[in-house]
Amino acid sequence: MLGSVPEIGHYALTLALGMAILAASLPMIGAARGDRRLIALSGPLTFGQLFFIGIAFASLTYSFVVSDFSVLTVAMNSHSAKPMLYKISGVWGNHEGSLLLWAFILALFASAVALFGSGLPAAFRARVLSVQAAIGVGFLLFMLLTSNPFDRLDPPPLDGNGLNPLLQDPGLAFHPPILYLGYVGFSIAFSFAIAALIEGKVTPAWARWVRPWTLTAWSFLTAGIALGSWWAYYELGWGGWWFWDPVENASFMPWLAGTALLHSVLVVEKRGAMKSWTILLAIMAFSLSLLGTFLVRSGVLTSVHAFAVDPARGVFILGFLALVIGGSLTLFAMRAHKLQPGGFFQPISREGALVFNNLILVTAVATVFFGTLYPLFLDALTGEKISVGAPYFKATFVPLMMPLILAMAIGPMMAWKRADLAGVLGRLKLAAGLTFIVVIIAAWQVTGGMTMALVGVALGTWLAAGVIGDLAGRIKLFRVPLGTSLRRAVGLPRNQWGVTLAHLGMAVAILGMTGAESWTTERLVVVREGEVVELAGYEFRFDGAEPVAGPNYTALRGHFSVFRDGELVTRLAPEDRTYANPRMQTTEAAIHSLFLGDLYAVIGDPDGSGGWSARLYIKPLVSWMWAGAGLMVFGGMLSISARRVRRKHSVRAGQPSPSAQAAE
Amino acid sequence: MKPVHLLPLGLFVLIAAALAVGLTLKPRDIPSALIGKPVPAFALAPLHESESPFTDEDLKDGKARIVNVWASWCVPCVAEHPILTDLTAAGVSVYGINYKDKPEDARLFLRRLGDPFAKIGVDPDGRTSIEWGVYGVPETFVVSGDGVIVYKTISALTRETVNSEILPLLKELNGGAE
Repeated sequence: MLGSVPEIGHYALTLALGMAILAASLPMIGAARGDRRLIALSGPLTFGQLFFIGIAFASLTYSFVVSDFSVLTVAMNSHSAKPMLYKISGVWGNHEGSLLLWAFILALFASAVALFGSGLPAAFRARVLSVQAAIGVGFLLFMLLTSNPFDRLDPPPLDGNGLNPLLQDPGLAFHPPILYLGYVGFSIAFSFAIAALIEGKVTPAWARWVRPWTLTAWSFLTAGIALGSWWAYYELGWGGWWFWDPVENASFMPWLAGTALLHSVLVVEKRGAMKSWTILLAIMAFSLSLLGTFLVRSGVLTSVHAFAVDPARGVFILGFLALVIGGSLTLFAMRAHKLQPGGFFQPISREGALVFNNLILVTAVATVFFGTLYPLFLDALTGEKISVGAPYFKATFVPLMMPLILAMAIGPMMAWKRADLAGVLGRLKLAAGLTFIVVIIAAWQVTGGMTMALVGVALGTWLAAGVIGDLAGRIKLFRVPLGTSLRRAVGLPRNQWGVTLAHLGMAVAILGMTGAESWTTERLVVVREGEVVELAGYEFRFDGAEPVAGPNYTALRGHFSVFRDGELVTRLAPEDRTYANPRMQTTEAAIHSLFLGDLYAVIGDPDGSGGWSARLYIKPLVSWMWAGAGLMVFGGMLSISARRVRRKHSVRAGQPSPSAQAAE
Repeated sequence: MKPVHLLPLGLFVLIAAALAVGLTLKPRDIPSALIGKPVPAFALAPLHESESPFTDEDLKDGKARIVNVWASWCVPCVAEHPILTDLTAAGVSVYGINYKDKPEDARLFLRRLGDPFAKIGVDPDGRTSIEWGVYGVPETFVVSGDGVIVYKTISALTRETVNSEILPLLKELNGGAE
């Protein structure tokens, strides 16, 4: 029985495909004909898909856990001596398994809509779930035809190939699932958009439904990207955190589009405007998520990450992409004129600010998209090979973000319909003054003409001051007694806090990026026991090195004591690990995060005469980047939780609550 | 139907067409224009100061070997490194061209991960690599004993490529003995 677990998984996957085909067609037909029986099939078929894909996922996980090397995927990617965490993360640490995870999360989101979507009109919900199931059909077919995770290997090898040790890391173990929750989360916004196009109407209620799902996807994607960048920072051992690599860009584009969607849905919800644009953004966010999967999995772009290279699979994905994106855009072209344009507004208004936000974000998507795919286009047209690197993105993307960040402090203070720009700018006088002072201090503290660093500091400070100023205005800080202000703060709607925290997180992250990019100091040294190395005001004392053994590696561990003004700040113990399977050395940097920066040490090999090579860094503000991302995610989550509370409330009241208007 | 609503679809069709053309090129299989031609004349400074420079003459000593173009900043180079190490252990001669790198970074990389290269030339501005037709790292060439490029593959080596293509080729070139 247990020996045939992979066959059970394979069988379950086939059944899931059957379910998905039924779910994609029957309820859709039912909704078109008004046939209640067919519509009612939607829920059970959705849960059925989740059940069978869940069984397949559990089967593959079981094969990894018991190290069944007769399963090809397991033999290629696992090893009996690997710690349990990495046996499990090995399930999605490869092409086939990651697709299975994708399909599983897709079914999970669909089931969540089926479960929590009782407030939706039944026919509309059936359409949403049918679109969702149609996407599932594509992924299940792809797996069964080109990338079966349950392929057997006969005879089975004695042991597996192992997982690349660079990937054996807690940060990376959870990076793909979180990223996928983000990618796949946008499928819901997509399915809602398609269903709305089919029905030919977009209402504020539609937007109220789409927003929490979009926020969920966005929050996960933010967390996933931050986690990946954090992994690169501490695991690759040279302290970089973003490389403008195609794979990173692949996750960044849906994030940018999703951020735009998040803001435009708001306009649909509050003012009933920007409907077809919002639909288009929903299609775009999910299409870019699919493209993200496509770029990584097909090897179309020869990237520094693209381990999985297989053109045959690429052809399938390209066909699938053409069908999903081409199909949805055709539908858009045919039906978008049916969407009634809603409320009108002045250019200087909250809506106007959100349009500005959208224009810049979409331009940013285009910029990243162009830079990522330009080499491919050039290749297709002329056969010439080039690579587009960080300089392009720094020259195009960064200047694009400047007006966005400037406006980010202003937008949330503007009123809907028509705002008083002079009044808003008046309220930002303090923020402008503060920004000026901080820039002067930074220019005085840091020698040399680092214009970009000062621009970064200015933008970060401006945004932070603007956000805090906005909050202070809302709680009437210093204008009423402090106690009253605090009560007002507690009383602010949760999604207002969400906006404040997410925007503040952006400011913090900008300061972190600026510090890490501009003010890092580094030294490559050979140290002897007892020797002291001075770096940017810190003294690193080398206290020797010793061999240590881990579960599937041996390592050399160095010890540093770091002093500032003669006082011990911390001890750092970087490791140089040698893994047994596959045989490989990795660097475990030792990092101590202080409020104002990271101390970062890497140990290398002995020089043979008592000295050890080492690399020491001081990286000012770098952890602010991830703290900022954390704030953004927390803000997103807070906003999601607020919406659920309000929905219960409005259901009780029988109509949308007017108090919601005051928020955002 | 409003014409403006057709715009996204039009854009997508253009992009998809370009993608389709790009995909059918199969980047990994593009035959290098240099295959079947002698290696370009070059002379590269050695990475390890005690060694002699790496020149095209080194590739004409009668032994077929692998020339791998790599850099310390390249992640797939880290991934393929154990494969190169195994090749060296199996008696294959592997030469390296260190591409657009800082020598101290390259040396640190090799100290950390081991040094499978019998000889390494430094190509700091990538000029020699361009003559080899290299447009990214890593790329791997098989060069016959008389200095002719017989095979090229781009992006990280996989065990599959090594076992099914590179090793049989080397065996054939070296007359069945390695």
